[in-house]
Amino acid sequence: MGMSSPEALLVCEHCDTVYHRRPLARGDVATCARCGAELERHHAMSVNAMLALILTAMIVFVQANMWPIVTLGLSGQLSSTTLWGVILAMWREQAQVVSVLVAATLFFFPLLKMLLLGWLLWFARVGRRAPGFVRLMVGLHYLGPWTMSEVFVLGALVAIVKAHTYFDVIADPGIYAYAALTLLITIFAGVDLRRLWDEVPEQAA
Amino acid sequence: MNAMPRAVELGLIACTVCGQVCRTVPGDPQLDGDGVGDAMACPRCGSTLRRRKTDSYARTWALLIAAFILYIPANVLPIMRTASLNDVDDNTIISGVVELWVKGSPDLAIIVFTASIVVPMLKFLALGTLLVSSRRGSGWARVQRAKLYRLVELIGYWSMLDVFVVALLTALVRFSVLSLVEPLPGVIFFGLTVVLTMLASMSFDPRLIWDGKDTDD
Repeated sequence: MGMSSPEALLVCEHCDTVYHRRPLARGDVATCARCGAELERHHAMSVNAMLALILTAMIVFVQANMWPIVTLGLSGQLSSTTLWGVILAMWREQAQVVSVLVAATLFFFPLLKMLLLGWLLWFARVGRRAPGFVRLMVGLHYLGPWTMSEVFVLGALVAIVKAHTYFDVIADPGIYAYAALTLLITIFAGVDLRRLWDEVPEQAA
Repeated sequence: MNAMPRAVELGLIACTVCGQVCRTVPGDPQLDGDGVGDAMACPRCGSTLRRRKTDSYARTWALLIAAFILYIPANVLPIMRTASLNDVDDNTIISGVVELWVKGSPDLAIIVFTASIVVPMLKFLALGTLLVSSRRGSGWARVQRAKLYRLVELIGYWSMLDVFVVALLTALVRFSVLSLVEPLPGVIFFGLTVVLTMLASMSFDPRLIWDGKDTDD
């Protein structure tokens, strides 16, 4: 092993065990023999497919944010809200911390993630590194765990059930857009974005 | 040499941001990759290379203890007030679960109970166990402990569920005197607890689980 170049090696992030990199067949997932963590998986999805998925997610995201999510009815009065209605309501009600948390994890971070990915993949399609590639890839790494749209969908479901005891509940298009967004996020969850480092080579300066 | 060599033993270091494997230079205080006085940047992404996350034990403990302190008011204080014409009712996390259960949605009650009570408690217990056992270099149940850490990482953010429920109900239930929902301080403490536990699990370096003396692998 002493003579292998570092590029041919793979190190398990969870236990530091060193492996030789091996080509993977379709559907293959390499796992660590010591700790069981996933090392690498075969990329079934092409860059074009990923870009298509991101563009779809962007459209659905706009809809999820523009359309009302749920409407409640109580003796003839109706009340509905969008995501931004939620953010503003929490701000007004002296829960600014929660307002900022909701805005970040459900609006700004997911939006930023999709924009970054869209930008990177748009250039990766033609085998180029996008301007700012290195910084943006690092940013994407740190953004990773802070997007929570799928948790919000479950939260909306719980809120609907709770409200149903006292009010008439009408599900609005926004909730369906959110459900679709969750589906897209789930499909994308299996994608290892680090592959872009290898797939889009550095250009000679 | 061990059948499954580790990066430390081979003088290699893996970038935690982009995965690039790099060679360290033993003896050179700037390039030995021990995390002390290093100026070694990943050649691919520019992040600082370290053998292990910086001050993993101290940072994880600090964040975990801070999270636990905030978790107490998060559970004791009410998170939400529901007011109607003749009735004002303050809900805590646990009373919200009980309400779901008795109002005929035991399945959702279980989901909320898991997200709001079980997951945070699991995080405190799991990270506490990992910190103590790794610090002692224990060889006990390493594979299971590694799995436990990955589970904590995977499910951690679902605890935000109750915060989103309160936020959505606050925005929706606005029928002036007939019916109103307001957030109460408990929900702020709870939101902060979730963020702190997420930061705590990110600060913990799972490679520490394997750093003790080799007993059985």
